[in-house]
Amino acid sequence: MIHNATASPAKWRLKQPSIIPGFGLTLGFSLAYLSLIILIPVAGLLWRTAGLGWSGFFAVLTDRRTLDALYISFGTAFVAALVNVVFGTVVAWVLTRYNFPGRRLIDAIVDLPFALPTAVAGIALAALYAPNGWVGSLFMPFRIAFTPLGIVVALVFIGLPFVVRTVQPVMEELDREVEEAAATLGANRFQTISKVILPGLTPAILTGFALAFARGVGEYGSVIFIAGNIPYVSEIAPLLIVIRLEEFNYAGATAIATIMLIISFVMLFIINLIQAWNRRRYGNV
Amino acid sequence: MEVTINNIRKEFERFPALNDVSLKIASGELIALLGPSGSGKTTLLRLIAGLDFPTSGKIFFGDQDASHHSVQERNVGFVFQHYALFRHMTVAENIGFGLKVRPAGSRPPKTEIRRRVSDLLEMVQLGGLEKRYPNQLSGGQRQRVALARAMAIEPRILLLDEPFGALDAKVRKELRRWLREFHDRTGHTTVFVTHDQEEALELADRVVVMSQGKIEQVGSADDVYDRPGSPFVFSFIGESSQLPVEVKDGTMLFQGQPIGISEQGDGAGELFFRPEDVTLVDAPDALFGKVTACRRLAGTRIAEIDIANEGHAPYHVEVEVPLHAPIELGSETRFRPTRWKVFRK
Repeated sequence: MIHNATASPAKWRLKQPSIIPGFGLTLGFSLAYLSLIILIPVAGLLWRTAGLGWSGFFAVLTDRRTLDALYISFGTAFVAALVNVVFGTVVAWVLTRYNFPGRRLIDAIVDLPFALPTAVAGIALAALYAPNGWVGSLFMPFRIAFTPLGIVVALVFIGLPFVVRTVQPVMEELDREVEEAAATLGANRFQTISKVILPGLTPAILTGFALAFARGVGEYGSVIFIAGNIPYVSEIAPLLIVIRLEEFNYAGATAIATIMLIISFVMLFIINLIQAWNRRRYGNV
Repeated sequence: MEVTINNIRKEFERFPALNDVSLKIASGELIALLGPSGSGKTTLLRLIAGLDFPTSGKIFFGDQDASHHSVQERNVGFVFQHYALFRHMTVAENIGFGLKVRPAGSRPPKTEIRRRVSDLLEMVQLGGLEKRYPNQLSGGQRQRVALARAMAIEPRILLLDEPFGALDAKVRKELRRWLREFHDRTGHTTVFVTHDQEEALELADRVVVMSQGKIEQVGSADDVYDRPGSPFVFSFIGESSQLPVEVKDGTMLFQGQPIGISEQGDGAGELFFRPEDVTLVDAPDALFGKVTACRRLAGTRIAEIDIANEGHAPYHVEVEVPLHAPIELGSETRFRPTRWKVFRK
C-alpha cells in the first residue's frame, strides 16, 4: 500500500489515498446499484424507443394527443409545485416558529401523503371535490374534479411533504440574530421576511420545488381517479403511456416516456445548476 | 446621546435575569459591561436596544422615555458577536440595508446610498471589498462590516455584544485598539459587553461590573482594579487571594494570631489582597505557609503558598516574589500584604 501511494507520481490517479478507507468499495457498490436500479432500465427504455427510428419518434412527439398529455402533466405539476412552495413554506414556518397544542400531530400529518397509497388519496379527493362532493358542491357550477384543476389538487396533496421537509430543517437552522440585526437596522417585519429570511431559504425552497415537481410529473395513482382522463383535456402523460401499453404499442409508450425523461432531466439539471451557483456565492447553506 | 436606565428588572419565566439595575451613561462615553456568563450583561444590552422589553423599570434616551419604543424606533446600532451578516447580500448591500429599508419619504436616493456605503467602507478600512460576499471575508473583516452596517443608519447609540468574542487573540487585540480610535473619531455613545476583563479595562472609559443580575460596581479601570467595591469585584478582576480574618483592637488576626497589619473596626471579615501587594518578611507576626509551586510570569515570579488549616484543606494564596528571592519548593515563607481590603461579613 505504501509503495502504491508513493510510486509513479506522473500516473493519473482516480483519487488520492484518503484517511477514510473504502473509497473503491463504496464507489463500486454505488455504480453497481445505480446501474441495476436506474441506468439499465433507462437504457432499455432508450433501446426500445430507438426501434421507432427518428421519423417514428417524431410522429409520436408531434401527435396532438401526446403533446396535450405532456402539456397537462408538466403544466399541472408545475402549478402544483408552485402552490406547494407557498403553502408548504407557510406550514414549515408554523411548525418551526410556533409552539401550540397539537404541533407534533400536525408535524406527523404532513408525512401522510408519503405513506398513504396514492390511489386512496385520489379516490378520497375525487369524492370530496366532485360536483356532488362536500367541497366540490360549494364551487358549482365551477368544476374542480375531472378537470386539470382536479389534477392540480391531487398533485398538491402528493407534493406537500417534499417542500415542508426540505424547508423545515433549514428554517430551524436560521439564525435569530440575523432577524434581530434586520430589526435594529429599521426593517419592519415584512421587509425582514422578504429581504432577509426568504432569500436565505431560497435554495431549500428550490430543492423542495424540484422534488415536488418531479414527483408530480410522474404521479399516476392519485391523478387518474380525479382527472376524468378526457383525451386532449385532462389526460396525463403517464396514463397515455399505460394506454399505449394496453394497445401493445410498446415503442409508442417508450417514446412518450423518453420525452418525459428528457424534459424532466433538463429541468432538474437546470435547478441543480442554480443551486450550485447559489452555493458558490453564499457559501454552504 | 445620553442613556439613563432606571430600576430595570427583567424576568425570564419568573427567573430574574436583571434585578433593579440603574445606570447613567453620559453622551459620547465608551462603556463596558463586564461580568461572567449569566450575569445579565447581554440582557441589559438587549434591553437598551429594544430587542427585549423590561419587566419593570424605564429606559431614557436623553429626556425621551424609550421604554416602549420598538427596536426600529430606537435607531440603535447593534453589533452581534457572530456578526449576523446577511449572507446572500454583498458587503455593500449589507451596509446599505438600513438605508434601503427606510420608508420612501426618508430614504436617501440610490447614488447617495452608494456614496455613504463607500465612505463607511473607507472608515472601517475595507475599501474595495464592496462586491464580496460575507463568506469571502475573514472574521475580523466581517466584524468590521457589521460595524459599518450598524453605523450606516446614523444610530443614536452604538451597542456591541461581545464584539471580539469569536476572533483569535491577535485580531482581537488589533480590533480593540481600532475600535477605541474609531470611537474617539466618531464620538458615538458606545456600550459593549465583554467577559474579558483585559478588554474592558483597556478599552472603556468606565467599566460596569455585573454579577447575578446586579451591578456590582461602576468606575474607571483604576477604580475597579485598585478600589474594588465588593468581594466579587476584587476576586473577579485581576488576581487575588482571600483569607478569613478577625480584627481586634485595631490588629488583624488570622487563625487567632496577629499578622502584623492593622485595620480599623473590630469584627470578622474576609481579607483580600493581590499577589503584587505582598512583601516577604522575617518576623514572627506574619502570614506563613509552604511554597508548593513557583512559576515565572513575564517579569516576575509567582509563588503559590499553602497555609495550613487544621482539619481542613489548606488556604491557597498566590504571592509575587522578587526574581532573585531565595524561594525553595517546600520551604516555609513568611509574608505580609502591603495593600489589602477587608470585607466585613
